[in-house]
Amino acid sequence: MKQVAGLISTYSSDEFGICSALYELGGMVVMHDASGCNSTYTTHDEPRWYDIDSMIYISAISEMEAIMGDDEKLIRDITETAQELNPAFVAVTGAPIPYMIGTDLPAIAAVVEQETGIPSFGFAANGMHDYLSGISMALEAVVNRFCIRAIPKTERLSVNIIGATPLDFSLNGSIDSMIQWLQEQDMEPGACLSMGTTLEEIKKAGQAHVNLAVSYGGLAAAKTLNRIFGTPYVIGVPVGKTFAAHLADQLRQTAADQKNRIGYQETGLSSRISGSQTLAVIGESIYSASLAAAIGQETGIPVHVLCPLETEKALLRECDLETPEEDDLIQHLPQYTGLIADPLYRPLWEDRENFYPLPHEAFSGRIYDAVNPNLINRRLRNCV
Amino acid sequence: MLRRVGQEVNEEGVKTRFREASFPMPFQEGLEYSSPARGNWNIVHTGMLIPQSHQIFVCAQGCLRGVVLTAAEMNALDRYSAVEIREENVLDGTMEELMIEGVADVLKKLKYRPRAVLLFISCQHFFLAYDQELVFQTLRERFPDIRFADCYMIPTLRKSGLTPDQKMRIQLYSMLEPMTPDPKKVNLIGSNHAINKTSEIISLLSSHGYEIQSLNSCQTFDDYLAMAEGSLNLLYEPLALAAGKDLEKRLGQKFLYLPFVFDFQQIEKNYRMLAKTLGIPAPDDALLQEKARQELAKTREVLGDTAIAVDYTFTFRILSFTRMLLENGFHVTELYADAFLPEEQEDFLWIQERFPELMVSSTNRPKMRFLKRERQGKTLAIGQKAAYFTGTDYFVNLVESGGLYGYDGIVQIAEMMREAYEKPKDRKTLIQRKGYGCESCI
Repeated sequence: MKQVAGLISTYSSDEFGICSALYELGGMVVMHDASGCNSTYTTHDEPRWYDIDSMIYISAISEMEAIMGDDEKLIRDITETAQELNPAFVAVTGAPIPYMIGTDLPAIAAVVEQETGIPSFGFAANGMHDYLSGISMALEAVVNRFCIRAIPKTERLSVNIIGATPLDFSLNGSIDSMIQWLQEQDMEPGACLSMGTTLEEIKKAGQAHVNLAVSYGGLAAAKTLNRIFGTPYVIGVPVGKTFAAHLADQLRQTAADQKNRIGYQETGLSSRISGSQTLAVIGESIYSASLAAAIGQETGIPVHVLCPLETEKALLRECDLETPEEDDLIQHLPQYTGLIADPLYRPLWEDRENFYPLPHEAFSGRIYDAVNPNLINRRLRNCV
Repeated sequence: MLRRVGQEVNEEGVKTRFREASFPMPFQEGLEYSSPARGNWNIVHTGMLIPQSHQIFVCAQGCLRGVVLTAAEMNALDRYSAVEIREENVLDGTMEELMIEGVADVLKKLKYRPRAVLLFISCQHFFLAYDQELVFQTLRERFPDIRFADCYMIPTLRKSGLTPDQKMRIQLYSMLEPMTPDPKKVNLIGSNHAINKTSEIISLLSSHGYEIQSLNSCQTFDDYLAMAEGSLNLLYEPLALAAGKDLEKRLGQKFLYLPFVFDFQQIEKNYRMLAKTLGIPAPDDALLQEKARQELAKTREVLGDTAIAVDYTFTFRILSFTRMLLENGFHVTELYADAFLPEEQEDFLWIQERFPELMVSSTNRPKMRFLKRERQGKTLAIGQKAAYFTGTDYFVNLVESGGLYGYDGIVQIAEMMREAYEKPKDRKTLIQRKGYGCESCI
């Protein structure tokens, strides 16, 4: 049945995606929700919470405030705190209750901005979409609002990384590896939206020659940068050694011909893949399709993506499937000889062999942080 | 990476001296910050105390996130399932169908047949005016071999009426049905942690032939059902009072509220009341009190003038505990709490009069994120939040009293303070684990 997760976990949701995307940018993020969601995010979805200070708060809405629609209290609380802490911006995110009572969050943000003079955003998240839609709306808003319009391109070929959050990349060194990979490829790393980057660096995102969208959460911002600055984008994650080299070529080609590309759609793999086994990988569309392509390139084993998260059809290859429900996975998994997935998908694979655990923070939270591998620009042969 | 943002913050509005603190809310309400200390139990931990039960949450994705990972981190994902509320369910009024068919689908998928299902609804249900009676009646008819308990994840209700914690404690026992009372069986109800066997209340009851039943000792669902045979319910946490009253009303079980305080007179009073109710002799309080006094004195000698910080997660009666430390000469410097229980007023006034300079600090005001979390000199913290905010590795890692009770509880905490003072702990790892005392894969 749709909407039932009888055996598996639940992905992080939109309001947490917003928090994650904005975490390091010096803004103040207020989840307009009852007390409890704050600790959910900071416990399970935010591995930076203990060591890196950030202004993530909750409005702690109560029953009476919800019934009475007491927006004044929310505005007052946000304004007072913003004036005390002086954040670079204010972001107010929705959740199930504001959605039910029709709270106008963009209007509330406008009032906060008027009263404090601090740039403010209202995000109509409702806790009923996955984290990628939250990352998407947050990064798109930041790019729209803060990027300096009249800015020259860098002299050397430079690349922004768009859509990086710990929800997809954990804190296992993947982002550092991506930056190193760009440098090794004689490209200049630009801003990384948004891990290890300041808001000041993001403001200069328009000076890059190409954007690399590394998750579906980053695609909307990449498209916005394309619209504002004409910067073309490549979609893909440089997992594996061979695929990383291929993706680097795609970046150079895109810088030259200004055509947007999906890195894993043009690997020329299909003719080389053969054999009796086919693996499935469950996860975020861009990361998983990149991984599937990378494994295919390095081992010749076909890997199909089963994507339970929000995405676009065009981001999947012909062999890949959208599987938003647990039942979709139960239906399709028997046809595969091996599964690469977060360990909390194991109950769907039962006692079968060839389960390859690949932790995904957005699914299992912090549980597997210590063993979550960094696959960026590394040989994968030993993994399968 | 970002370290500090915005301006340096001052302590205004987040720290106050007792002389200026108001009761029961020392600080203004507003936006809230959540520190990384996670030892307190939530409704998932508590619900898992019922053996052979399965939890099903019907909520939005964002709300499911915290509960599913609570279950996963305590290695109990196989006793948890979810039915996700989506936008269409809010708009088209299909909540009843979603719940009934969703639960049926879960039960079909499970590899085992639970004896009971704790079916949790959320804040959203309250705004949808869905027909709860129809849902539960239908489920009970369709699955007559399974008991269903309506449970609530409704944090919006924490400021009005019964809080979610109180409600959970009531619903925990809602599947008990009237049985013939056994005069030799008593229940300990409403606490997440079993009282330590070393406590005199345990020896007092067992030495007079009483069988003590509690959720913590239930191995099977039948053990749970047998709690209905208890002739008396004992409870010591204020959150459990509503559960005691409910059981009295439904099953006719009398209850005794024997609050766990750090005050000899009240403990003595508790035991006299218990002894009178059961018709047994009271324990030798003088002996037990002397032992507790000696342990406190010994600890005081070891600690000297070491600064002590305490927080409300350590025990429900934090002011009683603080008062005991102050009365016994300990150097308490900070108390972390955002609100006090009404029954703490006498202790509050006592501290306010005699130690007006003692500092009270908030734990959830936004500025607390940025206040300095280090102290000069050694600090002993009692409770995880106090350890976090004072940046000390010398701390007693205990929440919700952790099974301490009575004079023995005082002896135990005195010992734990000495041990904590001498041996540093891995603060970052320990305080971030959810559900102190539960299995944890973190």
